[in-house]
Amino acid sequence: MKPTNSTNSTNSAHLTGTALRAGWSRGVIELRQTFTNGADLVSHLLWPVLMLTTLYFMRDREFGASGLLLGTLALPSILGMNAAMGMMTMSQVLTAEREDGTLLRAKATPGGMRSYLTGKVITVAGGLVADLAILLVPGMLLIDGLAAGSAGSWLTLAWVLALGMLATLPIGAILGSLFPSARSQGLIQLPVLAMIAISGIFYPVTSLPDWLQTLAQATPIYWLGLGMRSAFLPDSAVQVEIADSWRHLETAAVLGIWAAVGLALAPVVLRRMARRESGSGVAERREKALRRVG
Amino acid sequence: MATKPSNDMDVDGVVLDVEGLRMRYGTTDVLRDVTFRARHGEVVALLGPNGAGKTTTIEILEGFRMRSAGRVSVLGTDPAHADEEWRARVGVVLQSWRDHGKWRVRELLAHFGTYYVPYATDAVPRPWDAGQLLAAVGLSAHAGDKVRTLSGGQRRRLDVAIGLVGRPELLFLDEPTAGLDPRARYEFHDLVHRLAAEHRTTILLTTHDLAEAEKLADRIMILSGGRIVADGTAEELARRTAGADEVRWTCGGRRFRHETAQSTQFVRELFREHGEAVGELEVRRASLEDTYMALVREHEQGSGADEAAGAGEERQAVTAR
Repeated sequence: MKPTNSTNSTNSAHLTGTALRAGWSRGVIELRQTFTNGADLVSHLLWPVLMLTTLYFMRDREFGASGLLLGTLALPSILGMNAAMGMMTMSQVLTAEREDGTLLRAKATPGGMRSYLTGKVITVAGGLVADLAILLVPGMLLIDGLAAGSAGSWLTLAWVLALGMLATLPIGAILGSLFPSARSQGLIQLPVLAMIAISGIFYPVTSLPDWLQTLAQATPIYWLGLGMRSAFLPDSAVQVEIADSWRHLETAAVLGIWAAVGLALAPVVLRRMARRESGSGVAERREKALRRVG
Repeated sequence: MATKPSNDMDVDGVVLDVEGLRMRYGTTDVLRDVTFRARHGEVVALLGPNGAGKTTTIEILEGFRMRSAGRVSVLGTDPAHADEEWRARVGVVLQSWRDHGKWRVRELLAHFGTYYVPYATDAVPRPWDAGQLLAAVGLSAHAGDKVRTLSGGQRRRLDVAIGLVGRPELLFLDEPTAGLDPRARYEFHDLVHRLAAEHRTTILLTTHDLAEAEKLADRIMILSGGRIVADGTAEELARRTAGADEVRWTCGGRRFRHETAQSTQFVRELFREHGEAVGELEVRRASLEDTYMALVREHEQGSGADEAAGAGEERQAVTAR
């Protein structure tokens, strides 16, 4: 019945290749779509414009007696926060596309689930990188005192961003699989907003009470912010950080732990979620959603 | 037969083989004992009232839902443990809502086609060319449109195209024309006819529309109370309840209606008695609808009685209703 082992393994490698290629083209097509229609373009641009406006008004305010400007401190932190927000995007997209039947279509297609997830990672990660550039490029022109000239800053940006996405996207996929409807996604926003509030993004974390500092250091958002600050701020700025250090090792360790946990759990949770998808499930959610509108 | 190796499917041409299928949610049996077969190239309609278990049955066959008990073989494989290769031979027409709204019609179809490339064989080239397929479902004029701008009927035809892009041997359609206007429905029926005739695709569809089942299917199975209660061609099923012909006429400005087993004889006597005074005569032979209504009514009561067996008072209450 089954082909022999050797043909089986070449066959499955071949199938994996097809699934990944389909996922790649899916990701690229959807990424292009988000930059070629009005509503998506607004959502790409709105947040950076709001942030840049805020930064512009903060640019002359000093932080304490450190001689550092708040705007300078905040820009890299906001970059870090944006990177962490990929988690929310992933979670929202998964829930929405489970609701509208995109996932069921993937399930009905050979190799579809794998391609779907590959495509989603590409769309979300690609969108994230684009959004960072949209914020960073004008930000560097508006804000003084950044140390972004060296190759070292870009290298730090690259590894912190890559590891940060590995840490946050699987968690986002897990959250997106656990919540039943797009509406309940609102519930996830609250803890994430709380995490942002204490993460030292808008105000240095060292000015928070000790217990909040401890809590903040358990979240990937804090470490993404710290990593970005280490990439873009002059060395003198390290004095407002915990232990007067950029703590690259700790950054890699904490983000690495989040990544390992997420990557280990995500396939299990996603598989369980996918197994339960069916046409009647989608129809039921459609009924519910339409009743809310009507 | 039951112990036959599953890969012998092609020998006797049985594509769907279901025996003793049971589905239980909590303490209720949605499906009790569903047993049927479908052969290669057949168009089979699963007909039944809402809540009869049609969707549950088709989702079990599609491999989207686990069954509680029974034996199920689809293309020689148990769908509960099927692999991607099996998936490539099966087409599922999903009812789209708003998924892939930003994709362009042709782009989406071509994209889904790429998944089937490794499953091409000498006999079955896969995927179906997107342009040809769009022409086949009548969407060529909308190839460059965004999916969300399509009308309900156009979307449904795109759903069918996506279900077909891998040139499946077996196609599942769950309530395919729900929500379509009469013209879109007509076009859809035409499409299903062509698929069955030109490509010998085996099709299992569910519907609660009798006319649709009669029009599309070679064979109709009526599902009621969690069982297949009738199985045959539309004519065979209609003949099952001889004796419900309906005669309507007018006489002296008044309208009459009579139900009889011998409609020909009744009409003969009607003319003998009233002659010229009889007008607007209409005889409607026992139809599939009559059989359907009779069967569904009978089995709804039957299953009610089953459940209440042993509890005398309850049983009476059920039959009285």
